[in-house]
Order: sequence, then structure tokens, then C-alpha cells
Amino acid sequence: MTDKVTAGFIPLVDAAALLVATDFGFAEEEGLEIELIREVSWANVREKLSAGIFDIAHLLAPMAIASSLDLMPGSVPLTAPYVLATNGNAITVSPTLLREIKAELAGEEPRPLATAKALARIAIRRKREGGSVLTFGSTFPFSCHTYQLRFWMAAGGLDTDADLRLVVLPPRYMVESLKAGEVDGFCVGAPWNFVAAEQGLGHTLHYGCEIVQQLTEKVLAARCDWAQRHENVLIRLMRAVSAAAAFASRPENWDACCERLSAPDRIKAGREQIKGALSGSFGIQAEKNFLILGAGLWGRPDETQAAWLYSQMVRWGQVCSQPSPNEAAQSVFSPILFDRVFGHAFDTGETPLMPSDGLGAFAGPLFKKERIAEYLAAT
Amino acid sequence: MESSLQIAVVEENPLRAEILMTGLREAGHRNVLHIGQTKRLLQAIYDTDPDVVVIGLESPSRDTLEQLFQMSRVVKRPIAMFVDKSDRAAISAAIDAGVSAYVVGGLQKERVQSILDVCISRFNAMARMQDELERAKTALEERKVIDRAKGILMRAKGLDEEEAYHLLRKTAMNEKKKIAEIAQSVVMAAELLR
Repeated sequence: MTDKVTAGFIPLVDAAALLVATDFGFAEEEGLEIELIREVSWANVREKLSAGIFDIAHLLAPMAIASSLDLMPGSVPLTAPYVLATNGNAITVSPTLLREIKAELAGEEPRPLATAKALARIAIRRKREGGSVLTFGSTFPFSCHTYQLRFWMAAGGLDTDADLRLVVLPPRYMVESLKAGEVDGFCVGAPWNFVAAEQGLGHTLHYGCEIVQQLTEKVLAARCDWAQRHENVLIRLMRAVSAAAAFASRPENWDACCERLSAPDRIKAGREQIKGALSGSFGIQAEKNFLILGAGLWGRPDETQAAWLYSQMVRWGQVCSQPSPNEAAQSVFSPILFDRVFGHAFDTGETPLMPSDGLGAFAGPLFKKERIAEYLAAT
Repeated sequence: MESSLQIAVVEENPLRAEILMTGLREAGHRNVLHIGQTKRLLQAIYDTDPDVVVIGLESPSRDTLEQLFQMSRVVKRPIAMFVDKSDRAAISAAIDAGVSAYVVGGLQKERVQSILDVCISRFNAMARMQDELERAKTALEERKVIDRAKGILMRAKGLDEEEAYHLLRKTAMNEKKKIAEIAQSVVMAAELLR
């Protein structure tokens, strides 16, 4: 018997594990029929998930936490039993801003700390001279994009609320807005940084993994009550997505995957752009950790990641409630179901990078999930 | 009923926008304003300071609007999503119609219920109209195919029009299919044999 599952997704390369599971027979092998529905906004995904129109969704990792903590309208408790993708974002700046940053760097290596300090000098000079306020785009208030941008900028000494403007833009409008001069830069997922670079409209300044080495980007999310009632379906879904992510991570399958994923009902982007994201070999330097699909242990949700994302919500004033619901945030990324499903299956496979604190941010103290207040005080 | 509520309709599609605006005006709302250009959406919202924001679910700019929840320091008044999460039937009705609404300030729900109701019924009516249009188009297409199949049968078997149609109908009945489907097979077969 086949079980039907309705899944919402936003057309981005980091949805690949879910899309490939559907299109290459991995779901079918598990007796599942996934109906994929392409969405235009994260708010729509959230609403359809809470209304029960979607059973599961490809979701921004911080959104799963924000929804569970009731930080957005239309929030419901969600669970994120599987990580679809780690990393995958990049910060792009306009050619003009790149020139200004380079001038500030004066030959110094463009490492994140140096570029952040350069950006701070530029932003403050513009403000002082009454020039246009530096403006950056991200894709949603509760997103790794927002946190990566703010974390990077703040490390250079910027007050990210007072010294510049952060705006939310749909991924599809990012490149256009850069071209029109409405933003000076943005942080977005694949393929949009590549699209900007290809058209000569933007320059990829930093990969997301240069800001934080390992960051849970997209999760497979379900309503907690749905997950409880359909645990068997969810388990098969996790197996299908795991197999699909492994398939899509192998170079010999990239052409087949990109062919299908580039279709209008999937990601609707150039094959080469999608392949560039999967292989991490687009742009000036190859970076194998640019985007990591949830194959093997990469699919395992990690409470430390949840705690760090939560710490960013606190840092940037998105959480006001007291006492601190840190543990509630962590429970959204509980690995219990993953460990039950996969056991020791991946013991011999490739293990995640494992920076010493599980994140590897380029600045600030090491992170401890039990000590968020101390971490933030020292940041 | 006359209402002085300021309503902003965020909708990129001019046809959908017009339908909503007309519906709301007919329902007695005098201050309805259209934001069609979503490039500077937040600025437009600050400038007009609406009590209610209505947005189509097809609009990718919806996430930009979500930023308003995060910017209590910038926005003078609190903002909330109109449909309460506890009210699943209302959420579903709004989603089905393809519309969502945000309430700015501490407005009472009863005062805005009618606004969303108008939007939902207008969008549903439009969907029905599009459906009928689609069906009319299909009917026209089917008639064209049947005419072509009749022509093919008339030439191939030396039948007159009446006889050709009867043959199609009889075959459709025997096969338990629609006449248009049989006609389509005839046309396809003729093209293959050409």
C-alpha cells in the first residue's frame, strides 16, 4: 500500500534531497507517494503546514524553532527530525561595494574579520557624510541568512540595527534589487549568488561556511501532532530522503539530478548553476563544504545547532519571552528519531566536520549549548 | 455599512487587485488603497499606515511583509496576522481563496472579519469564473477535434457528416469513453498513417 504525503518546498538547491527522493524513485521504494508543491514564500509554507495542507515541508532551520516557540503569527509546534542541508548560503556584494571594500582592505587578505571591519568603516562614513544608507537583503527574519549577515557585520563593529538597513526580499528578487541599486549586497542560498556573479552584477564575497563552518540550513519539518500520528510514514520518508541525499551527493549523478532539478516545476534554474552549488565549484575558489546535502550523518539533527540558532534570536532581539526557552528550542532538533531509524548505519561513513564546538564561527568565543547567556555576554 | 478603516491591498496582479478593490469598496470601505509595486513595500506600508493589509498568497513579497513583525521599533503599531492559528477552518478558507490579511494595531477581530470575508468570496468568484472560462475553452477544443475526426472518417469511409458522427458516438458508447477522446484517437491515428 502506498501512503501519500504532501510536501511544500521553495525552489532552492538545498531542497535537492527532498526533490530527488520524489523524482528518482527513493520515495516509491519506501511505499510513499510524495506530492511536491512549489511555494513562493516561507510565510505560505508555514501557513499551509499549520493548516494541514502540507504534511511536511522543506523549511528554514530557524523557522522550525521560531514556530515552535510561537515567535511568528500562525506558529504551531514543529519538529525537525531530518536535516536536508547544511550550509549553502553566500554573501554577495555589488561591484561598487566590492571596490570600496577593496580600497579599505588596502591589500589585506579578504578574510571575514577584515571585510567586516572594512564594511563598518564604509557604513559609518556613508552615514556621517549623509550618503545612502548601506542596505543588505536576506530572505526571512528567522533565517541563517539573517544571522550570518548580522554575525559577520557585528564582528567588524557594526550596530546592525543602527548603522545599516537589513531588508527581507524573496530570493528571486535579490539579483534584480542588486542591479537596481536597492541593495548593496545580500545573503541568499543557491543558485542566486551564482546568478548574480554570472551576470556580472555581484561578487561572492564570502561563502556561508566562512562565517560559520557548519550551520544547519534547511530541515524537513512536520507538525508535532502529525509526526506523532504518522511516525511510520515519517520514518520511511527519512529513509527515502537519506538515500536521495547520498545519491545526489555523488558526482556521477550530478548531471541526471541537475537535468531534473532545473525543470520549471522544481528549482527552475540553469543546470550549470545547480551543479555549481552541488559540487561547490562555482566561482573563484572551490569549496567542498559550500553546500552539504543531508546524506549519512549529515541528516542528523543537532541540538547544539538549535541552541546556536536560538542564541541568535536572543542576540538580535527576536525573543523577548522569559524564562529562556532554550531547551524547548533544542527539542525541535531532537536526534532521537534519527538515531532510532538509522542506528549505527553510518558509523563507517564520512562524519561531519566537527569544529571543536560543533559550529566553528570565525569570531567570538566557543559555543556551549548550556551556556547561552555567557556566550552572548562574551560575544 | 460605511467604514473608515484604511485598507492596503498588496497585489502584483492588476486583475486580482481590481477585483479585491471593487469588492471592498462595494462593501462600504472607502479607504482602500492598492500597493502594486512591491519593490519598496515596507516604505509604502509606513507611508500609508494602514489598519489592515491584505496580500495575495501568490505574491513572493509576502516574506517582506513578515519583516514587519520583527520591527516593532520601526512600526508605530503592533501587527498581527488576521486569521488566528486556533481557527483552522478560517485559515483553510483563506488559503483556498489565496489570500491572507494582517491587522495593524489592536483592532477588534469582528471589525475586520467582513474584510477578509469579502476578499475570500471575491477571489472564490474569480476562481469560479476562470474555471468556467477554462471549461468553455475545453468544450471549444473538443468540438474542433470532433469536427476534424468527422472529416477524416467522411473521406476515409465515404460517409456523410451525420453517419460519421454516429460512428464516433457508437464507438464511444461501446468503449465507454467520451466522444472527444475517440475523436482524438482518430485524429492521432490519421496523423500516424499519413
